[in-house]
Amino acid sequence: MPSNYKTIIKDGLWDNNGVFSMLLGMCPTMAMTTSATNGFGMGLATAAVMAASSFLVAVFRKRITQEVRIPVYILIVAAMVTLVDLAMNAWMHELYKVLGLFIPLIVSNCLPLARLEAFAARSEALPSLADGLFMGLGFTIALTVIGGVREIIGSGTLFADASLLLGPAFRSMELRFLPADMGVLMMVLPPGGFFVTGYLVVAKRLLDLKAGKEIQMTGAHSVG
Amino acid sequence: MKETALMMIGAALVNNVILARFLGLCSFMGVTTRIDTAAGMGMATTFVITVSAMADWAVQHYVLDAYGLGFLRTVTFILVIASAVQFTEMIIRKVSPTLFQMLGIYLPLITTNCAVLGVALLLVEGNMSLIGATLFAFASAAGYSLVMVIFAGLRERLVLAQVPRLFAGPPIAFIVAGLLAMAFMGFSGISTV
Repeated sequence: MPSNYKTIIKDGLWDNNGVFSMLLGMCPTMAMTTSATNGFGMGLATAAVMAASSFLVAVFRKRITQEVRIPVYILIVAAMVTLVDLAMNAWMHELYKVLGLFIPLIVSNCLPLARLEAFAARSEALPSLADGLFMGLGFTIALTVIGGVREIIGSGTLFADASLLLGPAFRSMELRFLPADMGVLMMVLPPGGFFVTGYLVVAKRLLDLKAGKEIQMTGAHSVG
Repeated sequence: MKETALMMIGAALVNNVILARFLGLCSFMGVTTRIDTAAGMGMATTFVITVSAMADWAVQHYVLDAYGLGFLRTVTFILVIASAVQFTEMIIRKVSPTLFQMLGIYLPLITTNCAVLGVALLLVEGNMSLIGATLFAFASAAGYSLVMVIFAGLRERLVLAQVPRLFAGPPIAFIVAGLLAMAFMGFSGISTV
């Protein structure tokens, strides 16, 4: 089903982007986007959890009864988060220290749970794996973009400390646009997260409108 | 005494759960279309946060620390929170059927409100005593409810405002929330906890 996978990829990365279209997973989106590097790391951790838990739920979907499915989903996600938490603590310790609280909080991120309920609970294992992975990558892109915008305006750099957090190979990504102390501090502080996310949602609507698509007026209808 | 009061003010206003720590944003955007629902949600969440903070504190000290099971923290905490939510649901159904009807599907979803898990993790990492932890959780939750009600009030006005079509809905809500976060930054400096 090549066309099917194509829709999954397109949905995850752009059409149904977890952040800009569905407005899910807002907590790490705001909290961990003070720089592009942090957003990128947070996004990848979430993508790993989403791919693994979507796959597991799809494999066991026939055995999970309707009444207890939500607790079972949460436990599966929690187990995956624990694995990612331990792995990052061991191999990416610098990034782990920066993300801190928000790694265990992937459990209560509504995006993984929403995809389990909407996709993995009624699909085969491999499409579910693809859906989790590409929804997660769409989330990563959104967080990196928000982080990038906030970082460029707020501190005048892009991907600062990437070599420290992700590994020496990423040194060439570190850029500086403004001289030090020229940034607008507000963008790195909490209000900047709200402003940038708001304007980027508008930007996505504008691009969709230019492409002749119907713009999505809904969103933020779920709690979690 | 003075330190406790400062700690509580810090948890409620300076490091506000929603506007400074960015926890519980989904409910902040999702159930703040009317003041009464936001207030009901705030009360229910306050109860869950306080109860599950006490339970999580006990679990951390008497089970996880005692048997060296620290790595199971995320899994156990989410289970404790799910039970606390179930317990709250039973109480609300008994005490106030109207509120139960009003909150409807939002009640079970408190389990995945990251403010609950976030506060529990914060107080475990802060090495607090049981009383300190309970007060910290209650103050954080009170700050959460306060911001929920304020934001719901703003959004009730926003419905009447003429907003450009592209900004309608979530984007304008984000920008209003940003302004609210700026206002709350005025509290920084009151306490340093």
